This record gives sequence, structure tokens and C-alpha cells, in this order.
Amino acid sequence: MSTEALVGTKETAPPTGRARRFTALVRKESLQVIRDPSSILIAFVLPLILLVIFGYGVSLDATHTRIGLVIEDATPITQDLAASFQASRYFAVATGRDRREFEEDLVLGRVRGIVVIPANFADVGAAGGSPQIQVIVDGSDPNTANFVQNYAQGVVGTWMAQRAAEIAMRPPPISVEQRFWFNPELASRNFLVPGSIAIVMTLVGTLLTSLVVAREWERGTMEAMMATPVTATELLAGKILPYFILGLASMSLCVLIAVFIFGVPFRGSVLALYALSASFLMPALGQGLLISAATKNQFLASQLALLSAFLPAFLLSGFLFEINSMPWIIRIVTTIVPARYLIPSLQSVFVAGDIWPMFLRSIAVMLTIGVVLFILAARSTRKRIG
Amino acid sequence: MMWWIRLKALIIKELLAILRDPRGRLILVGPPILQLLVFSYAATLEVKNVDIVLLNQDSGAWSQELVNRIAGAPTFRGIERVGSSEALRARIDAQQAIAAVHIGPTFSRDIAAGRAADLQIILDGRRSNAAQIVAGYLNQIVNQLSADISAGRRGAGQTVIVVPRNWFNPNLIFQWFMVPNLVAAIALLIGLVVTALSIARERELGTFDQLMVSPLRTHEILIGKVIPPMIIGTFHMTIYILAAAFVFGVPLRGSLLMLYGSSIFYLLSVVGVGLFISALSMTQQQAILGAFLFMVPAMLLSGFATPIENMPDWLQPITYASPLRYFLVIVRGVFLKDLPLDEAVNNTLPLALIAFLTLAAAAWLFRRRME
Repeated sequence: MSTEALVGTKETAPPTGRARRFTALVRKESLQVIRDPSSILIAFVLPLILLVIFGYGVSLDATHTRIGLVIEDATPITQDLAASFQASRYFAVATGRDRREFEEDLVLGRVRGIVVIPANFADVGAAGGSPQIQVIVDGSDPNTANFVQNYAQGVVGTWMAQRAAEIAMRPPPISVEQRFWFNPELASRNFLVPGSIAIVMTLVGTLLTSLVVAREWERGTMEAMMATPVTATELLAGKILPYFILGLASMSLCVLIAVFIFGVPFRGSVLALYALSASFLMPALGQGLLISAATKNQFLASQLALLSAFLPAFLLSGFLFEINSMPWIIRIVTTIVPARYLIPSLQSVFVAGDIWPMFLRSIAVMLTIGVVLFILAARSTRKRIG
Repeated sequence: MMWWIRLKALIIKELLAILRDPRGRLILVGPPILQLLVFSYAATLEVKNVDIVLLNQDSGAWSQELVNRIAGAPTFRGIERVGSSEALRARIDAQQAIAAVHIGPTFSRDIAAGRAADLQIILDGRRSNAAQIVAGYLNQIVNQLSADISAGRRGAGQTVIVVPRNWFNPNLIFQWFMVPNLVAAIALLIGLVVTALSIARERELGTFDQLMVSPLRTHEILIGKVIPPMIIGTFHMTIYILAAAFVFGVPLRGSLLMLYGSSIFYLLSVVGVGLFISALSMTQQQAILGAFLFMVPAMLLSGFATPIENMPDWLQPITYASPLRYFLVIVRGVFLKDLPLDEAVNNTLPLALIAFLTLAAAAWLFRRRME
């Protein structure tokens, strides 16, 4: 194994001071990174896959949701309303005369909703009453169900306003001008891609580091290192430096792909990008070291890294799910998730530009969490020797 | 009967390898339950507790009416009033608010005069999903006000009442969606890592050669490696199903037997993928990272967090390779919809196929490595 061989050569070399020791240590760790194909896989191949998925695949924007439209009685007014549904870019409409035609489709998820315009629609309207339409949705997916309900409301609202305007020959009383800043085309990739960069750095910083160091504990090479003149601090620093650089390299690759292939705008500065990423890697690497020192076992380390780093970065960071919508107790938990501070700042670097007050606050919090984790990791490493 | 004694010994050995270490036992039971509790509440696409900024330059009654209606909506937590567009911009920039409502100085006068009154809604496009939902809420409030103003005027159009009906989940409780999803997803997560490590660990420790020189035949080794993670997976799923029904109150409308029947094939396919990765890897590190490389896309492309139908057409065929995709249909269906048997079978057959292909590939790699 390369590890043992390098440790061996290191011992025969004359120890001429701290700098030399440290260089040798970093060299050994770097070779270990480069020689193992799986670190390249996680640092460069997985980011590519993630970017493609987030750049093209995962989209929360429901367009052309399939619905069934039931017109129980075809009259000019119901046809007019049905045409509004068919013209909506949110729906792909199949029409029928009876709701039973679509009930099975709804159970099987082939349509997400059924809009029923009842037979008495025109009569009630002609008599001066308020006709009803029914929107039945598949509640087993509440997000899509909500979208369908809202869009259906929107279609009916617009249709009513148009008819009112035609009858009264007057414009609607309030005209709303709606502007989405930073991301006017509402491309969800513009906020998902920065988020996936945070996930990639979590994988490199925490998962990869914890596995590598846990393996050294498992094999006893960590103890062998401790017997050399290297101090615990040097040892930890030497361990993380290659992964720090690997993390930044992986991030840089992601940014290049995001900007040049996916066309995500980059309105902030490169300085801000690296300052934020470097600050994020501190807690990520600290967590990796702590996990490996606490478990000293690759299986446990992988499970802990998964549970305490990857899933929180994915689910508790505001990446896909809004933190404000979570129950208060979980909102408190999110305050110690480093990715929660990185993701909004990274999103801003990409689409909004440099917002330094926000960035500095994020950097300060991430570094604080990082320092705490490093102290804990150094302590559990030292305790082991004693 | 010799083969059974041999196989039994191997299964017991495999279970011990995972469960002997007290920390190993703990990690298989504790975190998954914690995860279920945390993530089922955290993973919500609902938009609640929204903070917005208000720049109101109008002193009339209509703007006041609009503000009252927004303040009265349960979605909005805080409304901060600012005096200038610069202040408004600063709040949005720093993400202190997701949306801003700007009411111009002539708003009430225009309404009174029957002119179209302008209203500007500014949203933070960095969080475009949440921003769109907030925009939907705000527009609904404005449309309602608009309709009420029209109704006060002569010759207004008729109102159509939209009656919403939410089947399977009348109150659209998000946990009813998320908890069954997590039952499937966490089984994938745990099952994959446990199996992916099993051969790689032996290879790293050198015990794989010992296994090879034992009287066990290749397929017996394979079966011995498949059964323990299946037992662990079934145990997890049972805990989760119990939690779903009794802690989260998710209705179980379909057949439990059908759920367990198809879960055998789901777990088999997960274990098959795990063993395949394990047989490919030389070290535990490669096995874990390989498992990750499969797991992340398998989860993202399964319809777990975002519907498959929102994905572009060229990407949708790739989702057929994810076992989670099929099992999600079954779990959600059995819990909420009383899924018909033929639909369950339709989604179990691909799982059986994935299991067969990956296990066969793992066996082939096994044999090749032996020679």
C-alpha cells in the first residue's frame, strides 16, 4: 500500500524541521488522493452527474400538468371556460363528458386533477346565481395538488375578469405588475445549481475525509504516524490540506460547468466565491475529522457522515425545502448546519452579485462552527494517544 | 442438508459482522428513526411563515384594505413597512424578505376614478419555487379585492365558485406524502451501504480468500450475503410502517400483504445493486463512494422530491433504472389510495428484473475474480 511505503521512506529521511515534515506529510496525503480512483469519482464525476440532474432534471416548476376536464353539458359559456383551461400553459387537458372516465386515471396518477363543469353551470349563471365548478385533485402529492388548485383558481379568475371586462367594457380595477428579481425567467436551475455545489463540497469535505482518516485508524497507520515527530496539529492539518484543495478544485469545476454549459449567470466576484467556499470547507473538513476520530471505523464513519452531513445539507439547508416553513424545533436544528449559511450566499454570488454584509455574516458563522469542530476533533485525536 | 448448515453459518456470521459492535447496532436503529422524525417535518414544500416588505406611498382607504387582507392571511408572518425603494431593495437583497409589495401614491384615487390602479409585486427569484407560491397567494388576495371592487360597481360579471376536493388526503397534509416516501428512501440508503460494504470489507481485511477456500459454493456465498441485509431492511421497513400509521396517522388504505410482498423485490433489487457495487470495488472506500454515486441520482430521479413528469422527456427514461421509482408508487399507493393489485404487479415486475440483473452481474464478477 502506498501509505505504508511513504511512511517508511519518511522515517529514513533526515527530519530537518517542521516545514519539511509537513511537506512530506502533505505529499503523502496528496498521492493517496490521486492514486485512489474513488476520490476522483466523488470529486469530479459525481459533481458532473449532480449538475446535469439539477441543471436539467429536477424541476419544481409544474408545466403541462395532466388534468381531466369534464364538461357535463356543452353550451357556449361552458365551451368558453373550457377553452381557457385548454389555453393555459400549466395544464395538458383531456376532455370528457363524465367524471368516471378519469377517476381511475387519478388513482393511478395518470392525471393530477379533474375539473368538473357541471350540467347546471349555464342555467345557474343565466338565473343570476353563482355557478360552481369542482376541482378534484390527487392529494397523495400535496405540492402538485396545491399547484393544480391554485392554477385552476387562476384560470377561472382570469376568465371571470375577462368576461366582466367584456360586459362592463371596463378594465379590471387593479392591474398587478409582478417582477421576479435576479431570476426573471424563473429557471429553477439558477438556484439548484449553487445548492448542488454545496452538496458536492460536503461530500468531498466530510464523507471522503472521514472515510480516509477512519481507514487509517482501522489499519493502525494513524498510530504509526503519531509515533513520528509529527505533532497532532500538523497531522490533522496535513490530512485536510489535500482535501481542502480537492474541494476547491471540485467547486471550481462545478462553477465553470454551471456558467459555461448551463448558462447560469455569475454576477458576483470570484473573490467572494472562493472566500465563501473556503470558509465552508472548514466546518465540512472539521466534521469529517471528528467523525473519523470518534468512530475509527469506515462503516460507522460512512453512516455518520451520511446522517450528519449529507442529508442535512440536502434537506435542512434551504436547498430544496424552505426553512421558514419547518416547525420551530427543526428551524433551531438548521442553525448548526453549515450548508444553510453557504447556499443563500452562493445563490447570491451567482444571480444577484456581491452582497457583502450577508456574505461576511455567513463566513463568520461557518468559521465559528469550523473552529469548534476542529477543537473537538483535535481533542478526540489527542485523547487516543494518551 | 449440508448446504443449509453451511449457509446458516454464513448468514449468522454476516449478521454478527454488522451487529456485534454495539455502535453498529445503534447506528442501524437510532439514526433512521431520528431521520424519519426530523425529515418528515423538514421536507416540506409548503410555504409558511413568510416575511414580506411593504412600501405604501398611498394614504387612501383601498391601500389600507389591501394591507389588512395581506396581514390577515395565515401564510404571512411579518410585514415590515419601509419608506423608500432603497430600503426595500436592501431587504430583498439580504433575503430578509422573500417578497415586496409596492403601492404607488395614486392607488386609491385611481380605483375611485375607475382607472386601472397599478400595484407592483417584487419577488426574490433566487428562491423561485417559494417565490412563485408566494406570488400565487398575493395574486389571489389582490384578485379577490379586485373582484369585490367590481362587485360594488354596476354591471359586474357573475362570480364562479371553485369548489376544491382533495382526494386521498383531504387536508393536503404534507407528512402523508413524505412519510411513505421516506419509508422507501431510507430503506435504500441503509440497504445499499450495508451490502456495498459486505464483500469490500472482507476483501480489504483479507477474509474473502478464506471464504473462497471454504466449502461454500459461489451461489451460496451470494445467498449468504443477500439474506442478512434483507432481514435488516425488512426490520427497518416494519418500524417505519408502524411509525407512519401510529405516530404520523397516515391512513393505510391498501393491503399490507401487497406492500410486504413487493417490498421483498424492492429490497432484493437494492441488495443486488449493493452487491454489484461491492463486487466491483477493491476497498471499502470505493464501495461506499460507489454506492453514493448510484444513490444520489437514484433518489433525485425517482420522483421522491420532485415529480417525474416535470423532468424533460429525454431524462424520463433514465428514471426507469431507479428501483425507488417503482417502490414509491407502491408505498404511496398502498398507504393512501388502496392501489389496485394489477398496478402493484406492474411496478413490482421491474423491481424483480433489476434484482435479477444486478444479482446475476454480481455473481459473474464474483466468479471472474475467483479465477
